[in-house]
Amino acid sequence: MTRGISRRQALAAGSALLAAPAIVEQANAQSAFDWKRFRGERIEVTVQLSPRGQLLQRGNQEFEELTGIRCGIEVVPEQQHRQKIIVEYASGRPSFDVAELSLHVNKRQVGKARWNTDIRPLIQDANLTSPDFDFADFGAGMVQYATQSDGRMDSLPAFADYFVLYYNKDLLAARNVPVPTTWDEMYEAAKRLADPGRQITGHVGRGLKNANMVLWSSYLLGTNQRDMIDGNRQLITDTPDAIWAGEMYKKFLRDVSPPGSIGFNWNECQTTFMQGRAAMWVDGIGFAAPLEDRARSRVAGKVGYALVPKGPGANHHCALFGAGYGIPEASRKKGPAWYWIQWALNKQNQLRFLTTGAGVPARSSPFSNEEAIASSTFPREFFQTLSASARIARAGLPEIVPVTQFRDVLGTALTNTISGADVATELRRATAEFRPVLEQSERES
Amino acid sequence: MASDIALSQAAAAETKRRRNYARHYAWFVVPAAVVVMAVIIFPWVFTLYVSAFNWHLGGEREWVGFGNYVQLFTDSRFGWAVARTLFYTGLAVVLPMIFGLAAALAFHRKFPLRGLARTVFILPMMATPVAVALVWTMMFHPQLGVLNWLLSQVGLPPSLWVYSAETVIPTLVLVEVWHWTPLVMLLILGGLASLPTDPYEAAKIDGANAWQAFRHITMPLLAPFVVVALIIRTIDALKAFDTIYVITQGGPGQASETINIFLYLQAFAFYNVGYASAVVVVFFAIIMLLAALLLWTRQRVKAT
Repeated sequence: MTRGISRRQALAAGSALLAAPAIVEQANAQSAFDWKRFRGERIEVTVQLSPRGQLLQRGNQEFEELTGIRCGIEVVPEQQHRQKIIVEYASGRPSFDVAELSLHVNKRQVGKARWNTDIRPLIQDANLTSPDFDFADFGAGMVQYATQSDGRMDSLPAFADYFVLYYNKDLLAARNVPVPTTWDEMYEAAKRLADPGRQITGHVGRGLKNANMVLWSSYLLGTNQRDMIDGNRQLITDTPDAIWAGEMYKKFLRDVSPPGSIGFNWNECQTTFMQGRAAMWVDGIGFAAPLEDRARSRVAGKVGYALVPKGPGANHHCALFGAGYGIPEASRKKGPAWYWIQWALNKQNQLRFLTTGAGVPARSSPFSNEEAIASSTFPREFFQTLSASARIARAGLPEIVPVTQFRDVLGTALTNTISGADVATELRRATAEFRPVLEQSERES
Repeated sequence: MASDIALSQAAAAETKRRRNYARHYAWFVVPAAVVVMAVIIFPWVFTLYVSAFNWHLGGEREWVGFGNYVQLFTDSRFGWAVARTLFYTGLAVVLPMIFGLAAALAFHRKFPLRGLARTVFILPMMATPVAVALVWTMMFHPQLGVLNWLLSQVGLPPSLWVYSAETVIPTLVLVEVWHWTPLVMLLILGGLASLPTDPYEAAKIDGANAWQAFRHITMPLLAPFVVVALIIRTIDALKAFDTIYVITQGGPGQASETINIFLYLQAFAFYNVGYASAVVVVFFAIIMLLAALLLWTRQRVKAT
C-alpha cells in the first residue's frame, strides 16, 4: 500500500520551492567569493582580554576551517595590550597582522602616525570582500567613531561600550526607592539605600586615578558643556560645568561609596556590586555578563539596567567608548588579515556579542533579531537599555593623542578630591598642568 | 753572575710565554664581550642618546640636549617620586634587616623541628612577586578583605591599608617585609654558621654574658655578612616595581608613585621615551652612588 503526499509534506515542499531563489542566490554569492584564496598562509592577531576577545579565540577553528588560513590569536589584558601594540607599531615591525584598537585611547595616536592601513579600499575590492559583508549594516555613529579626522578609516569598528546604571533590584525594592533619573535623585537614593550594619553602600564607582575619568565625564555629559575640549581644541576642564561634575564626583565617592573607593578600579567596583554590597553602579555595559553569571555573582537575576541619569543641562548623554580592528601598514599579509576581520565581525559573531552580553555590536542587524534576543539569558530590560543608550551616546573621552596623560593628570586631581581637596582648585591646577602637553601635541599633529 | 743571567733569561721566557698565552686565548673573551656590548653597553649609550631628544612614540624627534634633565630637576612630581622612593627604601631595608637578623639568631640556636621551622619561614621568598601582590591586594580590600576581618575579631577598627594616601607606603612595606625578610635571614644565618667558636669559649672563660658576647664578638664578625645583606636589600628595594604596580599603580593619586612607577608611566603610558630615558640615567646615577657608598662601607668593615 502506498501513501500519498501528506498536507504537511506538501507545505514543506512548497516552502522549500519559495525559499529556493534566496538560498540559491546566497549560495551563488558564497560560491562566487573565494574564502580559500589565502589557504596555507598564517597570520597573527592580538586582541584584548575580554568576553569578546575570548569569544573570538574560541571560534578561531571556525575561521581556520572557512579560509584554510592558520591564525594565532594572542589575548592580552586591556592596559598591557594598549601599551604592547603601541611599542610594536613604533618598532616598525609589529609581530601582528591584526590588532584590536581602543578607539577612545589609541585612535588619534595610531592615526597620526599612520600605523594602520586604510581599510576602505579593501571593503570596495570585490575580490577581497565577501558579498555577505554588508558594510552598510555597521551603524553610522560607529563608522564615524572609527574614522580619522582626515577621512581615513584605519580600523573597522567592532563594538561599543555605553555607560549605564546598574542597580540591585532587591535593595531598591526593600527601601521602596524608585530608579533615579537625575544625578541628584541618584545621590539622594544612594543615601537612603546605605545600610552600614550590613556593610552595604548606596553606590560604588571608580576612584582610581585615570580609570575615574570616565565616571567624571559621565557627569559632565549631563551639562550644557558636555565636552572636555572646545571647537578650537582647547582644554575646558576648569569651567563651572566641569567643576559641577567634579563636585558631583566628590559627593558620590566621598559620601555614599564604600571605604577605600579612592583605589577602586572597575574590578573592585564589580566585585563589590556582585557581592550585593552596593546598590547602584554606573559603568560600562560590558560588565553585565559577569554580573549575570550565577556561578560568580550573588546578584545574578536581580540586576536592573537603566540609562545613566540626567544632569542639570539640556543634554542627556551616556559616555561612549569603543574598539575596532585594524591592519598594520607594515603587515605583509593584509589580505588574510582582512579575511580575519570580515569573519570576526560578521553578522553571526556580532549577534553572539550581543546575546552573550559580551558587548554592544557595531552592526545594526543584531538588534533587529528578535528571535535571538528573546532566547538570550539576559533580561529584555538589558536590551532596551542598550538600545536607548545607543541613541544618546557621546564620546566619553576627548580625541587627543596624549589621552592617557590627560586621564592621569585630571584623574589624580579627582582622586585628591575624595580625600577632601577643593574641586575647583584641583581642576584648575590639573588643567594648567596638562594644557601645555595638549598644546604641544596639537602643534605636532 | 751567571746565575743572575740565567734567572733573567728564565723571567724573560716566562713573560713571553704569558704573552703568547694571552694572545692565543684572547679570542675566548670575544663572546662575553659581544654579549656585554649588546645587552649592557649599547643599551646604555642608546639610552643616553635618546635622553637628549623630545621624543614621543609615533611623533617627531626633536633634539633638546640637556633639556630633559633640566625639566626633570624642576619637575615637582619627579621630586616627590624621589622622596617616596627614599622613604620606601629606608623602611623596606631597615625592617627586614632587623627582623631578618633576629630570625637568624633564633634559627641559629638548636631546638626541635628547627629544619621545618626554617623551611616554613623562607616560604614567602619562593613566591612570585606578582602573585604575592595579587593575594595581598585581595586581603587589603577594606570591605571584603581578610585583614579587616581579623582586626574586627580582636576588637580593632578597620584600616584602609593601601586605599589611603596616609597608610599606603607603610602597607606596601609590610608586603616587602613579609616577602624579603627570609632572604636577609638566610644571608645572616650563613654568616653565623661560619663564625669560629674559639672567641666564644674565651669570652665565657673571661666571664662575658650573652649580650656582651653578641655585642663584642658576634656583631663585629658578622658585620661583613650584614653589609652584604644590606647592599642586596637596598638595591632590591630601590628597584621595587612589580608589587607596587600591581597593588596600587602608584596611587591613591600619586601617593605611592616611586621613581620606577614614574618612569614606567612616562615610558609606557605617556610614550614620552626621551624624558623617560633621562629618568633612567638619573636613577642609575642614584643607584650607583648608593651602591658605591655601601661597598665603601663594606671595605671599611672588612678592614676593621
